[in-house]
Amino acid sequence: MSSDRSTPTDPDWDAIRARLASRAEREGLLDVAVERHESPLGGLLIAATADGVARLGLPSEDEDEVLAELAARVSPRVLRASRPALADARHQLDEYFAGNRRHFGVDLDWRLTNGFRRGVLEATAAIPYGETGTYTSVATAAGSPAAVRAAGTALATNPIPILIPCHRVLRSDGEIGNYRGGREAKVTLLELEAGGR
Amino acid sequence: MSRNRRTPDSLPPFERIVAEHGPGLLRFCVSRAGSGGEDVFQETMIAALRAYPELREPDAAGSWLFAIAARKVIDAGRSAARAPRPIGDPGGAIDAASPPLPPPEYDREVWTAVAALPPKQREAVGLRFIADLSHAEIGEAMGTSAEAARRNVFEGLRRLRVDGVGGVDGVGDLTEPAGGASHD
Repeated sequence: MSSDRSTPTDPDWDAIRARLASRAEREGLLDVAVERHESPLGGLLIAATADGVARLGLPSEDEDEVLAELAARVSPRVLRASRPALADARHQLDEYFAGNRRHFGVDLDWRLTNGFRRGVLEATAAIPYGETGTYTSVATAAGSPAAVRAAGTALATNPIPILIPCHRVLRSDGEIGNYRGGREAKVTLLELEAGGR
Repeated sequence: MSRNRRTPDSLPPFERIVAEHGPGLLRFCVSRAGSGGEDVFQETMIAALRAYPELREPDAAGSWLFAIAARKVIDAGRSAARAPRPIGDPGGAIDAASPPLPPPEYDREVWTAVAALPPKQREAVGLRFIADLSHAEIGEAMGTSAEAARRNVFEGLRRLRVDGVGGVDGVGDLTEPAGGASHD
């Protein structure tokens, strides 16, 4: 992540913050819990509502911007905190990057996407591990074979990359295509899955 | 001096409020409530989190938080006096069901002017006049000496006068009374 606001050095501060977060959770005031997670791609930022993981920020994304997006589009009640959906996601991501997981069983909250874009992402989520689709194939599966560019936009704005595997969608001419987290990250993920097949 | 770029629905994530103001707020609560300081801090943050989506002026968030804390300190003192608790009873002194506090009243035009001040002056003026803290308390909250806090308040007020805010209704409240540091 690009920014890391300096945190107080008081060793009690983390414990006090954790108590605040768990009380906020108990009182139903924690609308979005966010946690950082280290991965071979770099630091990820994972956000979960009560319904599941709603956002995964890739290392290429600015952490403050991701938090601001969540505040504006979901709720300003955003806190750094753990939550079962986040613990599940982090554990499964570790297994995935270790080559020991081919399918994610994490609850997802799709509220940051809708309409045609959501259709494209649902089609993308159906592409199995180690296989690839094309922008045309996901546009077709979402009901608009001609909307290839719009499908590209849907993938470029995928709120939950990796868990919704937009890296498995390539250009029809075989080119690897763009990726929200950068071309290099896309290659890394595809190679991981090719090796684990 | 318009800083009204934000719309009401673009509050910063509460996480940022905690990161920016939490440590100073904790110091303030501990200095005012002693061993009950963390409880007051937690009560304040929970009340603030509950009311946060309704906060209309994000730039005033720090002063708003300290105003809530100042009232929670008083509540805690009252409960403790009314019903002393056995030593070791954690956190019972504060009524967890107390209703959320509305944001303190302030004059919007005045705040717009205050919001345009440099950050330290803005913070100090807000803590002095919205949260009604003494210079010593402002120093604690901002991690500076009382004297530095006094200077920040003074410079902020001076700049507001230079900017002509003195003519705005309600800014009378932003005038230090003679010997205004009396409760330092």
